[in-house]
Amino acid sequence: MNITARVTGAFLATVLSTTAFNGAFAADDTIKVGILHSLSGTMAISETTLKDAMLMLIDEQNKKGGLLGKKLEAVVVDPASDWPLFAEKARELVSVDKVSAVFGCWTSVSRKSVLPVFEELNSILFYPVQYEGEESQRNVFYTGAAPNQQAVPAVDYLMENESVERWVLAGTDYVYPRTTNKILEAYLISKGVKPEDIMINYTPFGHSDWQTIVSDIKKFGSAGKKTAVVSTINGDANVPFYKELANQGVKAEDIPVVAFSVGEEELAGLDTAPLVGHLAAWNYFQSVDTAANAEFIKTWKAYTKNDKRVTNDPMEAHYIGFNMWLKAVEKAGTTDTDAVLDAMIGVSVPNLSGGYSTMMPNHHITKPVLIGEIQDDGQFETVWETPGLVVGDEWSDYLPDSKDLIADWRAPMSCGNFNVATGKCGGKGS
Amino acid sequence: MYRILQTLLITLCLLVSAHVTGLRAADDLGALISALGTAKLAELDDRIAALAKSGDPRVIPVLEALGEGNLYARKADGGVFLTTEKGTNLVLVDPLDGADIGEVPKGELQKIKVNNAVRRAVRSALGGLTLFSADAEARLKAAQSMRQTPNAGALEAIETALAAEKDAAVRKTLDEARAVTLLVSDRPDDDKRAAIKALAEGGGREALGVLTSALSSADASLKPDIEAALQRIEQAQAFWNAGQNVWYGLSLGSVLLLAAIGLAITFGVMGIINMAHGEMVMLGAYTTFLVQDVIRGSYPALFDWSLAIALPLAFLVTGIVGLAIERSVIRFLYGRPLETLLATWGISLILQQSVRSIFGPTNREVGNPSWMAGAFELGGLTITWNRLWIIVFALAVFAALLFLLKRTSMGLRMRAVTQNRHMASSMGIRTPWVDALTFALGSGIAGMAGVALSQIDNVSPNLGQGYIIDSFMVVVFGGVGNLWGTLVGAFSLGILNKFLEPYAGAVLGKILVLVLIILFIQKKPRGLFALKGRAVEA
Repeated sequence: MNITARVTGAFLATVLSTTAFNGAFAADDTIKVGILHSLSGTMAISETTLKDAMLMLIDEQNKKGGLLGKKLEAVVVDPASDWPLFAEKARELVSVDKVSAVFGCWTSVSRKSVLPVFEELNSILFYPVQYEGEESQRNVFYTGAAPNQQAVPAVDYLMENESVERWVLAGTDYVYPRTTNKILEAYLISKGVKPEDIMINYTPFGHSDWQTIVSDIKKFGSAGKKTAVVSTINGDANVPFYKELANQGVKAEDIPVVAFSVGEEELAGLDTAPLVGHLAAWNYFQSVDTAANAEFIKTWKAYTKNDKRVTNDPMEAHYIGFNMWLKAVEKAGTTDTDAVLDAMIGVSVPNLSGGYSTMMPNHHITKPVLIGEIQDDGQFETVWETPGLVVGDEWSDYLPDSKDLIADWRAPMSCGNFNVATGKCGGKGS
Repeated sequence: MYRILQTLLITLCLLVSAHVTGLRAADDLGALISALGTAKLAELDDRIAALAKSGDPRVIPVLEALGEGNLYARKADGGVFLTTEKGTNLVLVDPLDGADIGEVPKGELQKIKVNNAVRRAVRSALGGLTLFSADAEARLKAAQSMRQTPNAGALEAIETALAAEKDAAVRKTLDEARAVTLLVSDRPDDDKRAAIKALAEGGGREALGVLTSALSSADASLKPDIEAALQRIEQAQAFWNAGQNVWYGLSLGSVLLLAAIGLAITFGVMGIINMAHGEMVMLGAYTTFLVQDVIRGSYPALFDWSLAIALPLAFLVTGIVGLAIERSVIRFLYGRPLETLLATWGISLILQQSVRSIFGPTNREVGNPSWMAGAFELGGLTITWNRLWIIVFALAVFAALLFLLKRTSMGLRMRAVTQNRHMASSMGIRTPWVDALTFALGSGIAGMAGVALSQIDNVSPNLGQGYIIDSFMVVVFGGVGNLWGTLVGAFSLGILNKFLEPYAGAVLGKILVLVLIILFIQKKPRGLFALKGRAVEA
């Protein structure tokens, strides 16, 4: 009796310890990657694609043998377009799921809400969307465009190639358009544009009645000077805006609209025939003609099993960010946050537009800037690009309170807002 | 004999030389056209000008194709062709003789890239070439493009065309084009003064632009004339602007009316706080998308009818969904407004996420039928067709609903049940069924609104959310339970909003409207047209 009990007990203990060991082994055998993109709510329209893109990249990497001899495992959470929930889910990813890095966020407000979490728990976030700049944080890598990698070159293009003299800065009323327009306004005035030749207009999120604004733009454009619209209108509001432009007969030859938030994905819901010639500035277009891009598009269409799925700029940003992270982890030989943070700077990987992107000490990357015109098939055609790569400038040179700031996360300085005028770390945003 | 031979010889010579010149012209034109294929973007301007200079009518289709992005160069030999798309292939047409060359895969050809500057060059070149076309429409387009991009060199051509022009509409545009062009030419000041006067009389925004830019470069003697003309046009514009605001207000009001009218039934008449109302609008829009998808795939000729087909279907689909919601959830919650609010809000989230799972989170493309695209000018007003049709549609739905409620036995029952349930029940009306049908009617109407709204807004799972607040606002402001209140409420909010917007901006305008409504509701809690009598107390 006694013996049986003891045997059974021993047996049970073995079983338990084996399972425990197996569990521990399984956890050790994979490297977890967190994906923090909204799959429901208003931002699902843009962010779901990025989740799919990340899953594809992880899948592809596993086919190539994973990382450090281990398989990668994606942990997907849904912050549901709810900003405080982003912070909660980020905390869950880092402290419960123990992920090595997180790829996620879209809106600036969601990024701002997770910043303290990544700082506190010392983990890594890759942020793939073009944003307003004015930030550089130790735990965040910004793989989207800073204003000087998108907005400023676009304005340059219009000034030089279309000789635009009058500017309408139209945006949705939140932080990205407001900051970008502030930078652009300062930039335009520094280029000799008179303040009365700049019209700034903000609209609420999801604005759908554009009649008055489009007719104001027409009126503003009939002052005998070539006029262009610089649009930071976000998300859903774009479709009714472009429909109204088309219906009121605003043609790209007369008043071109250059947009910073309209990509292939947003055009998918539109009949683009009346919009041919309106512009967008990005660092990547699906139409870019390189072997790497063709391969990427092929893999994407095969992965989503949908021949009509389009690729876009933030997807490329994740592609670059993910490959940089892989390289940095291989370089560091570990997924330990501090080691990877050090190894990241200077890492260089191919981008999809035929060059190499490098992670700079300010945690922003180098990218080419492309200006594309909308075509009738919903794609963009590159009409201009910067001759070389542009380094992301986190603190704008055109804003009075940030022009003296720089960020450098390399060893002796290790500061995200170093003031070169006072020689001290800590300025705006500290 | 000798004479005959001589004549023959001369004729022969003439024929041969004529033939040779013809050939050379074709060669030159061919060379000019294939030069387009090798040009860089910046060089295209000059090459287009060279083509236009040839004056050859065969240039017209080439330039048109270039502007539309249908001109391709063959990678193998650099030959330039007009193309039309056919699946993944392109059908090639020779630019010189229009001969059909056949289909080739897209990969073998390189599209000749164009940008806005090139499109402008094409437009003005085409303007010069088609000014004497036999087709009045082409001449009108040419005159319009000359009016838009005045070019002093074209003044004589315009005057020649004007002398020969018979069509009144083309004449008018040509007259304006002439005045505009005159201003940038070096004609004597007296001519210019006449042109300024003509422009001031014609009015319009384009004249304003031309005159403002002329002001900076004009002689001192002309400046007072231009300033006077500008002032005159601006005064006329101010009047038209007010009209334009009223129109925009009506248009916004019609959208509000459409969004709210279904809610006027479910919330206004039945008293159900229906948070899933917006999702009914969204389902209607998705029905339109499905109808258009089927039409695009199988019956492209029917595209202009897609909305007419979608309307009854959307009514049915959302009506049935509404019926299901009423039977399965709401009927257990009558008289418990808070629980209804939570339950319907839950339903709205379920519907949104299921649409997102089925159709994906991205926008779906719903096209404008041709009769809803574009705009026309009415005096100084620009009226877009889609907005006009939406106003007509909103009023038609309103009239139909009013008729249904006031003139049919179904409507009588609905009113009886909502006004006094017990009495109606004792009279033999099956109140549960009337409730279910009324809710289905409200939902169905929301679905029809979705068909119309798909024409001006995104078709995405979030479509409904944008309208739910506005709908409640309109119904409460107009007076709960009163259809006329909804009508007046929608239009007055629309017009108020559009008059505030130019001064306060879109963001502040919306806030101001909300503040005004709060103040109004404080004063008149029952809205504009409050129901009177015993029914109110029940």
